[in-house]
Amino acid sequence: MELTGAEIVCESLLKEGANIVFGLPGGAVLPLYGALSSYPDIRHILVRHEQAAAMAADGFARATGKVGVCVATSGPGATNLVTGIAAAQMDSVPMVAITGQVPRAAIGRDAFQETDVTGVTLPITKHNMLVMDVKDVAQAIHDAFHIARTGRPGPVLVDIPRDVLLGEKTEYIWPTETKLPGYRIPGEAPDSQVAAAAELINKAERPIIISGHGVLISHAYGLMTELAEKAQIPVITTLLGISSIPSNHELNLGMSGMHGMAYANLAIDEADLIIGLGMRFDDRVTGRISDFAPNAKIVHVDIDASEVDKNVKTTVGLVGDLKAVLGQMLPKIEANVHIDWLRHIDEMKAQHPSHLVRKSDELLPQYVLQRLTEVTQGRGIVVTGVGQHQMWAAQHCRFTEPNTFITSGGLGTMGFEVPAALGAQLGCPDSVVWSVCGDGGFQMTMCDIATAVESGADVKFAILNNTSLGMVHQLQDIFFEKDFVASEYTANPDFVKIAEAYGIRGIRVTRNDEVVDAVQQAMETAGPVIVDFMVKQDEIVFPFIPSGQSVKEMLEEPAPTETV
Amino acid sequence: MGQNNRAEQHTLIALVEDKPGVLTRVASMFRRRGFNIASLAVGNSEQAGLSRMTFVVNGDDYTVSQVAKQLDKLIDVIEVADITNEPIVTRELALIKVKTTQITRGEIIQIVNLFRANIIDVSSESMVIEITGEQEKTNALYGLLSPFGIIEMHRTGVVAMVRGRANGHHNGHS
Ligand SMILES: Cc1ncc(C[n+]2csc(CCOP(=O)(O)OP(=O)(O)O)c2C)c(N)n1
Ligand SMILES: [Mg+2]
Repeated sequence: MELTGAEIVCESLLKEGANIVFGLPGGAVLPLYGALSSYPDIRHILVRHEQAAAMAADGFARATGKVGVCVATSGPGATNLVTGIAAAQMDSVPMVAITGQVPRAAIGRDAFQETDVTGVTLPITKHNMLVMDVKDVAQAIHDAFHIARTGRPGPVLVDIPRDVLLGEKTEYIWPTETKLPGYRIPGEAPDSQVAAAAELINKAERPIIISGHGVLISHAYGLMTELAEKAQIPVITTLLGISSIPSNHELNLGMSGMHGMAYANLAIDEADLIIGLGMRFDDRVTGRISDFAPNAKIVHVDIDASEVDKNVKTTVGLVGDLKAVLGQMLPKIEANVHIDWLRHIDEMKAQHPSHLVRKSDELLPQYVLQRLTEVTQGRGIVVTGVGQHQMWAAQHCRFTEPNTFITSGGLGTMGFEVPAALGAQLGCPDSVVWSVCGDGGFQMTMCDIATAVESGADVKFAILNNTSLGMVHQLQDIFFEKDFVASEYTANPDFVKIAEAYGIRGIRVTRNDEVVDAVQQAMETAGPVIVDFMVKQDEIVFPFIPSGQSVKEMLEEPAPTETV
Repeated sequence: MGQNNRAEQHTLIALVEDKPGVLTRVASMFRRRGFNIASLAVGNSEQAGLSRMTFVVNGDDYTVSQVAKQLDKLIDVIEVADITNEPIVTRELALIKVKTTQITRGEIIQIVNLFRANIIDVSSESMVIEITGEQEKTNALYGLLSPFGIIEMHRTGVVAMVRGRANGHHNGHS
């Protein structure tokens, strides 16, 4: 069958199982839209800003594990994707971005809306390509999906000139193989190394597992939990590893790092073995590297060889797919109890109860999240923006199922909360999706509330409205002598009216006793709802290990006398 | 990391796909990760569609192993090997244009002959010398010619190859 490049893109999307794409058209990519109308099995979600297309594809991908697809036109359309692509790259999210490009003859002549997007996105994609021949389109899309979803996932951008999309036709043959001689996907790790790691684990007296995003990506949460239970090893999660073990699991110590639980950080400090699984010893996790886990040997398992020994020197570094490696390792792990170690950690938890929320007459953001997660019973999906509310969500929201906490970790992208939540909801239509928003981040992408409404994405937006760029405010409070320059909003819009303007329900909450009712009402209302929680402005996220410091410099809130 | 390692020069060889943009990808990776290339040479390999790159990289063992892993991570890079500690031959070609006068010409020719270099262009005031060899040899010739006045020098960067062996494959990061 002879098809145009645009038709081949659509056929290929279907072959790859991509039934939903997020995008916004423009001249160079219009031929693709022309073909889309003949492919009713591909649902196109029209966004208001391409940034939302990339972030919605990201949220969709994180929630479903499938490749998220976004589409934009050349020039400004493509550059508007950039922040979303960079976020996906930092957090290893499978994404394919398809961009229109100016016609081949115009490339390199600074044509109207010409941007070298393969150049622009080179350092923020796992791979990218410019397809200069219609005969290469099918292979390019096939390779792009393969690269995006396998190994350590990541975004792949495919740039296609307009006249390749809509010019001569070519025979459409779905490639059966990838053409990627330089691309290998690690599977199992060498047995001898697995044995060495198992021996370290069996001998450890104070072991800790740090469970990262890789545990979720590799679907290794079952095996990871099995390992933890078999040898009674406490589990700490990174920010992106949060839903890899149920919050109420007795071995789960929660998140560590800059705003992690004090007892989790103290446990790392005392541990004699750190087992890092699918994580990358990022600086928010380690603090000052030289003081990180000073008493511990390190076992590190990651699918990306370049992560092993990058930030910390490992005792045993294993390169492989986590699920495969844990499968190799588990039979070699001896049952253990670690009674003294677990008891000691319990004591630290009692002395440093950073998971508790103090009682207050003012509406505290932590309190809102505690009540919210109580009402949802830790079910459904929580998406966040970036800032204080994100850290409080990481600390106080409860999770029961894997892949249900979605947040921009590596890039820390404000504005993620709106589009990523709508993408996650469209990917998991049966899940209740709560978007925990900052008033700052929400205003970066709130134009795409319209997209949520149009597409029927039933997202409940909870704005933790501290009328400020709270995280910045906090840093100024502590490090810049309370010089709150450029961090307080004095004229935020009325978010209830914003909701109404978009034709959805808005609820304002100013008092503690209104919280539960508002959450319940939001969940009982069909369709998107915006709840504007007017929280205390100058609340600080504790614990706090300032950037580049260690657990010894950790700032803690005094243990509350009265808790909620 | 790596504080205890010696800073030194490593020679890495990469087999890469001969596609537009590969050099940019490699160069961009070096730049954004703060790695330092002392020399880089690229050319066709014995396999159609594949090029070979030789890198001379300054750095300690930690840095160089990161360079190798990051290179290998690039999709268009097929294999990478750090051949520093293997028996290798290395060559570089350089063109050196040096000032000459009636008086100095004879002496320069003597030096050139001593190095088994070639004179490939002569004018009344200058001479172009071609030299092939290990980098040190070029450095030495350059040193001896400097007093006469070097007008221009152009070096290709080092290419390297492991000696012997029936198959050409390396056992590094591949
Ligand atoms: C796009 C972007 N710009 C700037 C920042 C720096 N930044 C980090 S947190 C933060 C404040 C976020 O404010 P808000 O969304 O209201 O959340 P809050 O901290 O108040 O909960 C800022 C400005 C960022 N992370 N992302
Ligand atoms: Mg705020």
